[in-house]
Amino acid sequence: MSEAPLLSSLDMARFVARGFLRFDGVVPAEINAQFLAEAGEADYPKPGRKMLRTYGELLAGAQIPEVPPGVPLADAYSPGSAVGRLLDLPLVKGAIQSLVGSDPVFDHYFLHVTFPPAYYEASGGENVSQHTHQDSTIDPSAGFDLQIMYYPHKVTREMGGTRFIPGTHLRRVSEVALGRYQNIAGQQHMVCEAGTLLFLHNGIWHGGGVNHSDRTRTMFKVRMNPSQPQVRRWDMTTLPNRPAERPIFFVKTAQPETVESILMTPEPWFEQDTGRLEYVNRIRLWRHLTGDPTYDADYWATRLENPARAHADG
Amino acid sequence: MRQKVLVLYLANSALDAPTIAWALYDGTGETRPMAGDNDQAPYRTGVDALKDGWRLIQAAQILPHTRGDEFDLAYLKYEFFFEKLVEIAA
Repeated sequence: MSEAPLLSSLDMARFVARGFLRFDGVVPAEINAQFLAEAGEADYPKPGRKMLRTYGELLAGAQIPEVPPGVPLADAYSPGSAVGRLLDLPLVKGAIQSLVGSDPVFDHYFLHVTFPPAYYEASGGENVSQHTHQDSTIDPSAGFDLQIMYYPHKVTREMGGTRFIPGTHLRRVSEVALGRYQNIAGQQHMVCEAGTLLFLHNGIWHGGGVNHSDRTRTMFKVRMNPSQPQVRRWDMTTLPNRPAERPIFFVKTAQPETVESILMTPEPWFEQDTGRLEYVNRIRLWRHLTGDPTYDADYWATRLENPARAHADG
Repeated sequence: MRQKVLVLYLANSALDAPTIAWALYDGTGETRPMAGDNDQAPYRTGVDALKDGWRLIQAAQILPHTRGDEFDLAYLKYEFFFEKLVEIAA
């Protein structure tokens, strides 16, 4: 195994299909402890003090450097810092290289802190979950940015956790315009042990869950952009020479898991008609990442692109 | 009287299609529904909501697909708004 193990084709297909990869408890405890020490703790709740002030003071006191966007990710954090050590973990380096190439560009980070009810009772604010949204703005590009969510301490369901909806990443929406959707079938809540990482396609729909516990919940998110084409960056020895072809709609025997079976697996929230368009869009993203404009799964693209239908005689 | 609003997103344009997403808004103030508060749909279909006394007040149109944009997906398509009017203490 190399120093930075690259993702397999099946893992890449899972990312293309569902928009995330989750790694539970992979960050060593000493890095988690260092990160929490560098992030600092919020002051105790005080009657009348606004939440924004409490949050602002916490962010201002955190020992996480301010970094402008556009610098190489490799230069964004000092090697001995908690985030620097996190980004240097072989699993993290390999996954980053697989998804956005070996020299990604730092975009931004944010220290997400979700406060327990006592803070809202003291400030007079309302303790509610964050509306579901897609980060940044409408993104029509063929590729994607990578966002890593880092959970430095254990997260229980009572603490809320990040809510996200697998498979929503290929929808082109405008940030929180989708806030009306309170609950979506198949939504997941990040209940996890300390040191868990969530690698996300920038398009995935998500939101912070409300914290009903008696302690703050901390999540660190860092976004990075590819600096080179996102083509064939993962472990190419795992990429089959040709797609696994199978009969459409029904097979009589159990089939092995393949890139195609992963790309053709629906989510619980899929509409019956647009779920098929999701398949087409997954095929398009797989074509983009493999550099193979002829790739297809389950005949969806081949049928649509049949040249005999596209051109008039002569 | 106060209004309770239920929004169901169904798997196709039929009101008896399965629920895939949902939201509740409570004008009485007795409950505070919010994002991520329930992993189970309140009704299996839109018709099940009708059977429980919800009144349908709006349904999403079925729109044609713009040429060239047929594969672009954005928001959930099959949105149904329901209401209940609730008496509150004076």
